[in-house]
Amino acid sequence: MKKYLLRRIIMSIITLWAIVTITFVLMHAVPGNPFAKEGKMPPVVYENLQKKYGLDRPLIEQYGIYLKNLLKGDFGDSMKSRVETVNDMIGRGFPVSAYLGAQSLLIALIIGPALGAFAALYQNKFPDYFSMIIAIIGISVPGFIMGTVLIQFVAKNVSWLPIGGWGEFRHTLLPAFALSLMPLAYTARLMRSSMLEILGQDYIKTAKSKGLEKSVVILKHAVRNAILPIVSVLGTLISNTLVGSFVIEKIFGIPGLGMFFVKSIVSRDYTLIMGTTIFYSIILIFMLLLVDIAYTFIDPRIRLTKEGR
Amino acid sequence: MSKKYLVLVGLLLLTAIIFTGCSGGSSGEQILRTNNASEPGSLDPALAQGTHESWVLDHTFEGLMKVDPNLQVVPAMAKEYKVTPDNMTYTFTLRDDIKWSNGDPVTAGDFEFAWKRVLDPELAADYAYQAYYIKGGEAYNTGEGSKDDVAVKAIDDKTLEVTLAAPTPYFLELTAFYALYPVNQAVVEANPDWAKNAETHVSNGPFTLTEWEHNASIKIRKNENYYDKKSVKLTGIDFDIIDDENTAWQKYEGGDYDFLSPLPQAVVAQMKEEKNPELVIGAEVGTYYYNLNTKIKPFNNVKVRKGLSMTLDRETIVTKIAQGGQIAAEGVVPLGMKDEKGKEYRDAVGQLIEYNVAEGKKLFAEGLAEEGMTVADFNKFVLIYNTSEAHKKIAQAAQEMWRVNLGVEVGLENMDFQVKLDREKAGDFNISRAGWIGDYMDPITFIELWESSSPFNDAKYNNPEYDKMVKIAKTSGDKAERFEAMRAAEKMIMEDMPVVPVYFYTQPYAQKSYVKGVYKPLVNYPKLTYAELNK
Repeated sequence: MKKYLLRRIIMSIITLWAIVTITFVLMHAVPGNPFAKEGKMPPVVYENLQKKYGLDRPLIEQYGIYLKNLLKGDFGDSMKSRVETVNDMIGRGFPVSAYLGAQSLLIALIIGPALGAFAALYQNKFPDYFSMIIAIIGISVPGFIMGTVLIQFVAKNVSWLPIGGWGEFRHTLLPAFALSLMPLAYTARLMRSSMLEILGQDYIKTAKSKGLEKSVVILKHAVRNAILPIVSVLGTLISNTLVGSFVIEKIFGIPGLGMFFVKSIVSRDYTLIMGTTIFYSIILIFMLLLVDIAYTFIDPRIRLTKEGR
Repeated sequence: MSKKYLVLVGLLLLTAIIFTGCSGGSSGEQILRTNNASEPGSLDPALAQGTHESWVLDHTFEGLMKVDPNLQVVPAMAKEYKVTPDNMTYTFTLRDDIKWSNGDPVTAGDFEFAWKRVLDPELAADYAYQAYYIKGGEAYNTGEGSKDDVAVKAIDDKTLEVTLAAPTPYFLELTAFYALYPVNQAVVEANPDWAKNAETHVSNGPFTLTEWEHNASIKIRKNENYYDKKSVKLTGIDFDIIDDENTAWQKYEGGDYDFLSPLPQAVVAQMKEEKNPELVIGAEVGTYYYNLNTKIKPFNNVKVRKGLSMTLDRETIVTKIAQGGQIAAEGVVPLGMKDEKGKEYRDAVGQLIEYNVAEGKKLFAEGLAEEGMTVADFNKFVLIYNTSEAHKKIAQAAQEMWRVNLGVEVGLENMDFQVKLDREKAGDFNISRAGWIGDYMDPITFIELWESSSPFNDAKYNNPEYDKMVKIAKTSGDKAERFEAMRAAEKMIMEDMPVVPVYFYTQPYAQKSYVKGVYKPLVNYPKLTYAELNK
């Protein structure tokens, strides 16, 4: 286990370095400049800005300086905001996105697998149709459409919840629901197919024939095993939701990290592009590692090392 | 089985309960609620980059002069000013009762400090060039001169003397521009991060910054130290920061906002159609145009350029496509500018753009022939524009008009704004969409764009005669002479047509019926300083 972890950590660092380097090179290869403006900016003002942010130096030197600062945990100054550094922006945006993401994930992970399990238990009956209709809506209706529908009907027409903004719990409800639909639908479908497969297995029949109570058979034997595929996608699911959804954050006016991803690219804010990409990568890599470890606890058949077999 | 159904229904009910809440109400104070479409990059006047900063700064700071509700440039922090007969040296006397929001007196020294600071090359201010009009300003900013040589000097606490590099007839108006607002020298020197948070922010305008939740909201409240606080009826202004125009509009419609600008294009069209009294088409001095790359064939041919311009039906574009109350362009200088007699500048210049399909077609064909090209050769050319639904629709309309009127198939290519700028600067385009909003109320803010050495001259227009006229307009102290030069220059450029003006911008905004006292200076966002809420 220790060896495996060490190997994974080293691999993660190499992966991260590759991401940093590729992003750095691609970013500078894309046309556009953070300080280009449709305005009468005299060349000297432009040069002053280039100099201030070190963009007048050779690319390899810029890369070296960036790596050096990165090792100290410094993502640098944003090239567009004169108010906050990239660290400040991530530090402020991430908790917002993470809060919203966690809330939506909680909704998704409570309702999704439950719906999927009910659907499997009552295959081709009302609960099954009901669950799958919700799943189809969740998968086929994009978040921004659902967000707009919620704004129109729940916020605007009946004024139950605010249209947008951030600061209070009530601001989080509509966006969290809109954000949860996709993972909810996804986990419901995964759970349904997984449950159906397991319910047909011999050991379930054996358990039933031994006279075990139905609830025990379902909860202890079926659900526990059926949930495995959900655990395997959990890493990506968590990292996707925690770092925010640009679209949902945009339409609800939420000051989260998701918004920075796209804004940084559109405005060619080099340091912010790098910062958000690296931060996202770290979360994704870390989550995937966690999921691998979590696997061993849920399914004893899986061992992380050869020695364990 | 029924038990299971119950559990399912219960679960859903629980979710429904979790999702219900209550909406907030508003207090009885005079707080105007609106949206600022983007997070300000800074609330330090020297570091502001555009609208999202300037709208807040225009309410929290005040310059030597200001634009009043009658749209006149009147003394603000200055009580009065004197100018030497050669129009080169201005001496401003400050009011006696002016204070910063922290209680410090506003002094002439604060202005001297602020103006030299904006020119500091190490600060790298975007708008440093707005202080180039001061003698020694450009040299200091370009690293060729020193700070001490910048000719702005506080004679004493109440007197500021400025010597210009050349007579600048619109200099007084420039002192009302945010880059030249003062900053509190003691505060800035003690804490370089003073403008980053509401707690340390100090200003001298009618309002003061009290809350700034980055990317979420900004709150400004009446400045009790402001000399004219009795004229300010509002207790404060709450700005949300939501960059999605549709969400902001939904909030306005839902009653969360009292005022909103900008509005989604479709909303403006619909409000106009319904004759909604909440819609105000604010005046703006800006021109939407297409650059023609005069360095490549056949755009180097004036007949081709005129042919393209003459076959563009601008009236249809503004009434059927843009639909924001825009005005079909008559030249490069938009409506609203005043001439030497205080009359509308455009009246004396008149309509310089003609819609004449037959003549345009003839010129276009002749021009192409002169360049040894055919109509078919023209089909490889592309119009580039930055990604936006509005730009796309206008580009498609232009494409269709040229297809019908000239028989050419111009391609369209959309791209990131930054990429478009890059390609324009590199001359890597045939036709490109562009626009310019004036910085101040003088036609030169448009005319100078196409001076041969101007970094904004993407069409690469080069006409020594035009340059001569621009120089006269920029340096002459004789009003009549400089306006004559500008009129001549505009006629010249519309004769040569390196750019095809499409329309003059407007700034539509929405305000609830109970909001009174908002006015729209031509070169700024609507002013809310004297607004009241008569609910």
